[in-house]
Amino acid sequence: MGPRLPLMLKDAGLTAFVAAALGIFIVGFRTVDMGGGKGLGFDYHLVDLLVAVVVIFIGRLGLSMAANGLRWPAIVLGVAMIVAGASPMKLPSGFLHWFVALGGMLLVIRAIWPWASDAMGAAARTPSGLALGRAGSKWFGWLLLAFAVLLPFSPVADQKTMDLGVLILTYVMLGWGLNIVVGLAGLLDLGYVAFYAVGAYAYALLSTQYGLGFWTVLPLAGMMAALFGIMLGFPVLRLRGDYLAIVTLGFGEIIRLVLLNWFDLTNGPAGIGSIPGPTLFGAVFAETPPPGKQTVSEMLGIAFNGNHRLIFLYYIILGLALITNLFTQRMRRLPVGRAWEALREDETACQALGINPTNTKLTAFAIGAMFAGFAGSFFAAKQRFISPESFVFIESAIILAIVVLGGMGSQIGVVLAAVLLIGLPEWFRDLGSYRMLAFGLAMVLIMVFKPRGLISHREPSIRLHPAGSGGGG
Amino acid sequence: MAYFTQQLINAITLGAIYGLIAIGYTMVYGIIGMINFAHGEVFMIGAFISLIGFIICGSLGISSAPIAIVLVLLLAMSFSAVYGWAIERTAYRPLRGSFRLAPLISAIGVSIALQNYVQLAQGARPKPGGQIVSGGFNLFTADGFDVRVTWLQIIIVLVTIVLMAGFTWVIARTSLGRQQRACEQDMKMAALLGVNVDRTISLTFVLGAALAAVAGMLFLMYYGVIDFFIGFLAGIKAFTAAVLGGIGSLPGAMLGGLLIGLIEVFWAGYFSSEYKDVAAFAILVLVLIFRPSGLLGKPEIEKV
Repeated sequence: MGPRLPLMLKDAGLTAFVAAALGIFIVGFRTVDMGGGKGLGFDYHLVDLLVAVVVIFIGRLGLSMAANGLRWPAIVLGVAMIVAGASPMKLPSGFLHWFVALGGMLLVIRAIWPWASDAMGAAARTPSGLALGRAGSKWFGWLLLAFAVLLPFSPVADQKTMDLGVLILTYVMLGWGLNIVVGLAGLLDLGYVAFYAVGAYAYALLSTQYGLGFWTVLPLAGMMAALFGIMLGFPVLRLRGDYLAIVTLGFGEIIRLVLLNWFDLTNGPAGIGSIPGPTLFGAVFAETPPPGKQTVSEMLGIAFNGNHRLIFLYYIILGLALITNLFTQRMRRLPVGRAWEALREDETACQALGINPTNTKLTAFAIGAMFAGFAGSFFAAKQRFISPESFVFIESAIILAIVVLGGMGSQIGVVLAAVLLIGLPEWFRDLGSYRMLAFGLAMVLIMVFKPRGLISHREPSIRLHPAGSGGGG
Repeated sequence: MAYFTQQLINAITLGAIYGLIAIGYTMVYGIIGMINFAHGEVFMIGAFISLIGFIICGSLGISSAPIAIVLVLLLAMSFSAVYGWAIERTAYRPLRGSFRLAPLISAIGVSIALQNYVQLAQGARPKPGGQIVSGGFNLFTADGFDVRVTWLQIIIVLVTIVLMAGFTWVIARTSLGRQQRACEQDMKMAALLGVNVDRTISLTFVLGAALAAVAGMLFLMYYGVIDFFIGFLAGIKAFTAAVLGGIGSLPGAMLGGLLIGLIEVFWAGYFSSEYKDVAAFAILVLVLIFRPSGLLGKPEIEKV
């Protein structure tokens, strides 16, 4: 411990110094309007900054201790931080309490991580552990499915839960759709929300202007989004990965700006309202039937309950999501699906083998777009009101984060990531901007520590020499 | 003609700002081949630090505009440079050698985090910067239309020219520039020959961030209002400029910035101001399709 401690202290001091330099103006001097035409003045937060810098110093010291095998001192520091954060001691702001406590927790986790991962590794290597792991990976998906199907009948299924369920499933579907493009074909699409918008506006316009129903428009919206995907994809898919990302980002913004400014068609920023919801065999979900229509409660002879509509929506999106999943699983066994994965791994080799990269990418792009179109018209039917506000870049980033966090190409991973990224923050709605701050930081941390995502095997769908058959490995 | 000239003057001013940001993109892309998506956010932070700097100058009683501008310029450049350094160190360096899209995704995370960080720390409302430099002169009057050049526009263009000249000199003549160009061509070989690659890359980010901070200050002075979201659009436009000029090429970034400024201002002036951003994005798409290597860039050969 002796000789390394000064080095660690120096390192922690440097980190704290950098943090102070980063924060001094942006955090320390909050600009506020003084009122009375005096322009801007300062609201000083230098004490907050000082506390944060001290915390960063201690945290960094603890981290380097943990990294150097000094686990117990690191744990002590972490616990001290948690206690300080949770104590009634008055820090300048509530945020700092959280900052200190969360930092302490991370430090403790980091310090005990080697033990935990050793223990888990050892447990997984025992025969029963192996069997459990195998059964888990086989049945986990089915268990999740059973849970999703039965959720509306469970006692916890109040309105809030069902709303959240619909929201999560929408993102699961979008994640699965984008997974085709990003996970399987390896094309980074930063404008995925554009196709979602196309689907949503297609349904909103066709239903409010021409009176078409949800089930008629659904395939049309998917086709329309796919058409947009082809139109965009055809010229740009020859580009290299990161250029493609920026072009799709630009395209997403173009769509949003057009929606915002084309008043005659889209009603601009005011959006489109009173979009009809989906019907069940022609019956609508309402307390009193509109002229010439039947309500579902009348048709089925049950009492009206506002929750029925939500449960119906829940099953629609569950069905749509499952179709997306099934479709992807099947596609992976077709030549074109194999070609997607091959292209992701090595484009030049694919070209040499006679695969046409542009057409192959185009199918992935169009199919991904199609599912976004389905999800979009579902979104419009669920919300009954859409405006360009719903289709900003950050939505694309969230969907992408779900795919990346899940482990690109992993279907179950997308579900876990959607629950984690959409479900958890939804419980913490009140945190507002802190939520997005944590979201951005989480994206960075995942890339740094687990770049392959939560479910991090990117198994090829097929191997020339199945593992264990004695082929080259 | 008078209207045209006026628009031209405005376009050159705007183009200068875009050009300064574009240099950061182009250098980083040139050296490590990644799109530094968070660069626009550094520009935004530079604008905020400048705003705070000007208020501090005001409260310290520094009333002379040139002194205040120089002081704030140094302040914004140095502190934004710390941001550039810290971003590279924490979010990009651990990912060197990871799969290709990892740094880009990490950069998007940094961008989201920084935007919300500034929103939390400084509030979501737009901040008026006040007028630091006012006045100007009439160039000429034609068709009853005054063609006006403000002192501010002259300052912006002058600052840009001086910085770009200095920068070109750094890249072409100093040992830092040589090391940078060496890393651009072959990082491994450069390392073998004793170039400190990590340090060179860090310095690239630091320089790019400093230039973005200058652009942020000029943006604040020119438009007078900033908020936490300005980095997104400006960043994309500057990236477009870098691509248009040929990514990796310094003169290309300046040329591209100028062209994007021209396109945006003339589109807004002659067609519709609602679609001026669409025009910029459409140009980006068109350039990438028809001339992916840009106007001054070299075509890239994909190696196996």
